[in-house]
Amino acid sequence: MAEQHPELPLENSPQPHGFEEDVEVRGHIIDSLILPKVLDCITNLGGSFAIKNISIGQERTDPSFALVQVRAATDHLLQTILAQIADHGAVATLASDCQVIEADIPGTFPEGFYSTTNQQTEVRLAGKWQPVADQEMDCGISVNHKGGQARCVPMTDVKVGMPIVVGHAGVRVFPLERTRQGHAFGFMNSAVSTEKPKGVVIRQIAELLYAHRKSAGKSLLVGGPAIVHTGSGELVCELIRGGYIHKLFAGNALATHDIEQSLFGTSLGVNLREGSLADAGHEHHLRAINRVRRVGSIRKAVEQGIITSGIMYECVKNGVEFLLAGSIRDDGPLPDVITDALENQRQMRLAIRDVSFCLMIATTLHSIAVGNLLPASVKVVCVDINPSTVIKLNDRGSFQTVGLVTDVEPFLRALVEEVKRLEKN
Amino acid sequence: MSTPQILMCPPQFYGIEYEINPWMSTARQADHALANQQWADLRAILEKTGSTIAEVVPVAGLPDLVFTANAALVFGKRAVLAHFKHAQRQGEEVHFRAWLEANGWEVIAPPPNFSFEGAGDALFCGDTLFAGYRMRSDARGHQAIVELLGVRVLPLELVDPYYYHLDTCFCPLAPDEAIYFPAAFDDYGRRVLAENVPHLHEVAEVEARNFACNAVVVGKSVITNTGCPELHSLLRSLDYNPVDTPLSEFVKAGGSAKCLTLRLDGEEAAGWKV
Repeated sequence: MAEQHPELPLENSPQPHGFEEDVEVRGHIIDSLILPKVLDCITNLGGSFAIKNISIGQERTDPSFALVQVRAATDHLLQTILAQIADHGAVATLASDCQVIEADIPGTFPEGFYSTTNQQTEVRLAGKWQPVADQEMDCGISVNHKGGQARCVPMTDVKVGMPIVVGHAGVRVFPLERTRQGHAFGFMNSAVSTEKPKGVVIRQIAELLYAHRKSAGKSLLVGGPAIVHTGSGELVCELIRGGYIHKLFAGNALATHDIEQSLFGTSLGVNLREGSLADAGHEHHLRAINRVRRVGSIRKAVEQGIITSGIMYECVKNGVEFLLAGSIRDDGPLPDVITDALENQRQMRLAIRDVSFCLMIATTLHSIAVGNLLPASVKVVCVDINPSTVIKLNDRGSFQTVGLVTDVEPFLRALVEEVKRLEKN
Repeated sequence: MSTPQILMCPPQFYGIEYEINPWMSTARQADHALANQQWADLRAILEKTGSTIAEVVPVAGLPDLVFTANAALVFGKRAVLAHFKHAQRQGEEVHFRAWLEANGWEVIAPPPNFSFEGAGDALFCGDTLFAGYRMRSDARGHQAIVELLGVRVLPLELVDPYYYHLDTCFCPLAPDEAIYFPAAFDDYGRRVLAENVPHLHEVAEVEARNFACNAVVVGKSVITNTGCPELHSLLRSLDYNPVDTPLSEFVKAGGSAKCLTLRLDGEEAAGWKV
């Protein structure tokens, strides 16, 4: 007869402790009472456990296997527990340090490099687990043995001699539980919502913005030109003035049409008040770009009184950091637009380090680009009229995104109202 | 039924040269002549049971080579070689390997990075290999034997340093019967034995101290050190034929009858023999 599935608690404490390590126990661990003994040992020493995986042998001679997460309040206690249960044959699955090879060609990783996710990751250096800084998907991990530090490094930033982690040994990932990640939007079962009451979601987004207004974590807006085309620019201005947006990532188009509106009252030549086409309106955006280029920067144009309203104006006036990334279809572009794609990535990486909430509105490619850079711990709300934008973000690994499929203008209008209501309360 | 085969090693170089268990004291030497006599007597008794005795050539500087039980775990014509915990005994491994290979056994290296002290810590009772750990062998090494040999292995923690090998506190008599000294195990171990050995008999502490559990079983004969009258009376009531013989000089090193022998054709209680 095979080993019987034990009547064991799968977890003895739902509260996570600060320090944890996975151990495996294999053999006839049920009949020999080794597994219950290991679990008792963990508990008696003051730790807790969760059985992450257990497989029971089919035949009498088949071994069983259990993967147990051991948790303790301090590293010292964890090490004490690990040492004791090791005597009973429970050993850490990741008992080795990470393997490192020095980069030999600039801008490339060594073959077999560890490819990162956007999830919290740790590497083992000299027997100690160290957090990986600047967590970002699709990067490598560079380590500094002396300082016991590790960080994500994009391929293009690799320099010769940089120690790069290879293989999976000594690397562990802490996946954000997908059920838990939704706590901010607890009622939403699907990441993309087309047929759900939007009011509730918008209220929650407003609460997040409100909470972030004075927190250490910054709120980032990634916006497309539809914000201006739909006449919602003033709503964004209100959020900026209210201190709800700390950073803005956009392209040439949003800034151009925003400035066009400030100078000519049109967006892409359309009069935003009347919805009518202005005479020679199609030239407006180019004339706007030209005027800013003549003075050298958006900031200077604001300071010289050329730009007197709009999103960019409010950014300058309210100290909101903005980063304009260029593309091959840009007119002009505006002098502030960074046209080197890699330089854009670098600056965006630096700018997102203190971001903990990101609102993406009406831009597909820019949203995906920023989604690629953000660690999974950053909450992302993506608002687009097109569901595929949100789906694309999810498909590319930014599963922490909550999507709202709606027109931009009514969304922003409702959001501003909710924020104001919170302010009143 | 085939002739029982037992591996022994003459005590030519036997002595207490180091201390690796609480029985040993270099200040309390073995009487060499007496040890030789006791060993010869044991050998004669075993031959009388019909056993064939094979010998490992003794080696100067390896006093414990005489304890052949620790050479390996025998499983048919395969033998999992010991890797001793203490450096003092590791020199024995090469000699045991050479003898086993020369005599037709497929020698399997023990799981790497673990200590494993052969039949001293691994005893079949029925289809199950009971395996002692903590004192000399590692639990993790025993777990690896599951996969190495494809047998059911139940590791038992040894909690008293005086009973540092499983064969000092547990002795299978038949596939469904064994004797044991309960205090050498913890609660978990006692429960495992109670649940997995149908007929399990306790040995009293005073007799366990005389190495009552360190018995050699050949057919219905059970050979022990002297000083185990209660056990012998129990064995007689169970239709076994107990024999005692003085082994005091080997007890000084923490060994007795069983420790001085390695059953090469499989213990009586080993289920795979049938």
